[in-house]
Amino acid sequence: MSDIPWSVDESTRVLGIETSCDETAAAVVTGGTNVLSSVVNSQVDIHARYGGVVPEIASRGHLDTLNPVVAQALVEAGVDESEIGAVAATCGPGLVGSLLVGVASAKALSLVWGVPYVGVNHLESHLYAAFLEEPDLEFPLVVLLVSGGHTMLVAVHGHGRYEVMGGTLDDAAGEAFDKVARFMGLGYPGGPIIDELAMTGDPEAIKFPRAMLDRDYDFSFSGLKTAVINYLRANPDANAADVAASFQAAVVDVLIIKTRRAARAIEARAMCLAGGVAANSSLREHLLDACMADGVRGFLPSRSMCTDNAAMVASVAWYNLRQTGPTSLASGVNPGLSLG
Amino acid sequence: MLILGIESATEQVGCAIGGHEGVLASAHVCRGKRHAETLVPAIEFLCEQVHIEMQEISVVAVDLGPGLFTGLRVGIATAKSIAQALRVPMIGINSLDLLAFPVRFSPKLIVPVVDARRGEVFSAQYRQVPGGVQRLTEPQVCTAEDLVSELMVSNEDCLLVGDGALRYADVFGELNRMQVVEDGLAHPLASSLVQLAHSMALREEFVNARELEPLYLRRPDVDMSGKRRGAW
Ligand SMILES: [Zn+2]
Repeated sequence: MSDIPWSVDESTRVLGIETSCDETAAAVVTGGTNVLSSVVNSQVDIHARYGGVVPEIASRGHLDTLNPVVAQALVEAGVDESEIGAVAATCGPGLVGSLLVGVASAKALSLVWGVPYVGVNHLESHLYAAFLEEPDLEFPLVVLLVSGGHTMLVAVHGHGRYEVMGGTLDDAAGEAFDKVARFMGLGYPGGPIIDELAMTGDPEAIKFPRAMLDRDYDFSFSGLKTAVINYLRANPDANAADVAASFQAAVVDVLIIKTRRAARAIEARAMCLAGGVAANSSLREHLLDACMADGVRGFLPSRSMCTDNAAMVASVAWYNLRQTGPTSLASGVNPGLSLG
Repeated sequence: MLILGIESATEQVGCAIGGHEGVLASAHVCRGKRHAETLVPAIEFLCEQVHIEMQEISVVAVDLGPGLFTGLRVGIATAKSIAQALRVPMIGINSLDLLAFPVRFSPKLIVPVVDARRGEVFSAQYRQVPGGVQRLTEPQVCTAEDLVSELMVSNEDCLLVGDGALRYADVFGELNRMQVVEDGLAHPLASSLVQLAHSMALREEFVNARELEPLYLRRPDVDMSGKRRGAW
């Protein structure tokens, strides 16, 4: 942007804003890792009525709640706005109307406060959830990023150095959970509901397919989803907990096998989880077992860091500001932004 | 008093700065880059040109719509955050009032028409009064054909203004006493916003950022037949 002088060091406080989907979030983070506040206002209850995120409702919600959420993040952090050194917002990927509210607000704050603006890649911010809680994670590491919108294996060679090793060819993992839950009449969002139901079921009761184990690092969940639906049609009296547990086991098995394969290939020091599905208790348990077996470190972000939040946005922004500087105030959003 | 006006209800995005001395500067862009890319640099440019620091702005005025949702929200989000950061009050004015303002000297029935896409328009009716115009009807959304039927009943000379009037000029041509204002005034002007906001500011008709509500006039489209997605 223009010639506003700026600098970044360990004491720089970054205000992060996240509005890529249905969470309106703001956070203040110092030096990339010290979270002073992280406020998340979820719209999930509103969208649950429609069985998924309705883009126009999400955008309206962000516009109504973002300013109070930002104000709360500043109050909870105990900082005056004059102490904010940079403002960051998610600029993609995500829902275009939602992204625009966060980016427009962040640029406005940056203009008034005379501090740099940083546009942040949402996928990158999910990867940084790990650094927020474990700043001295050693490279290289493999991150399994799984959410309602994404399923990918990412090799992280250093700050800002990513290589996407594989991804989903159809549904994202979280999407498969949502679709199966909807078919079973369990509600939305499907992930936490199936996770809970599966606890009382037998994961080996039904042998659902493990797709594409032969393809290196790619995933496919649409065949599994169809298999579950066919099974339920053929066995209307099936025990729901067993179906949920068996479906979840099939998803987790494939995710873990490929994550281990990727970690071995790049001789990773650690395997990490990121994204909303990383809150799944079975996936967390199995990843830790795998790390133990393979003798590498495992890292599971806390559940609040798995789902969309703004602390991870402020964290990435601090690292990016140090490495590449501010983003232009003439920049926009990119709903299809990819990683690397 | 210095007022920053932000306007983004149609394909055009604009901003203006003014106060007791009138409008000091304004900028409008209606092609090319998207609203979110243009708006903040344009505000920065205006401030530089008239030697004003952002901190000197004492009121933020914004177009509330009706208009195209995505662009509209860019302007409102920007305006609300500027007002929040500056701790100054806001003034919201609807886009149809803004379109009627530059043609306020016409004795005809003034009908601003904003293109609402999907075959529909946003509109309302105004009449000249001393010192400006008075809105006779509530802003509404309907098809151009329905609006024509409504206007035919009044059997008055009509002056139609706005991008919707231009887009459906053929349809409105059925009205025998109709005149469509040419392109130059097809979009709400940020300078009109500052002028109208100035008189409202003198009457202290302020809202704070939290109370400011966009005028959508349409319920959200909840058709979920497309790709459904959650983000947990
Ligand atoms: Zn996410």
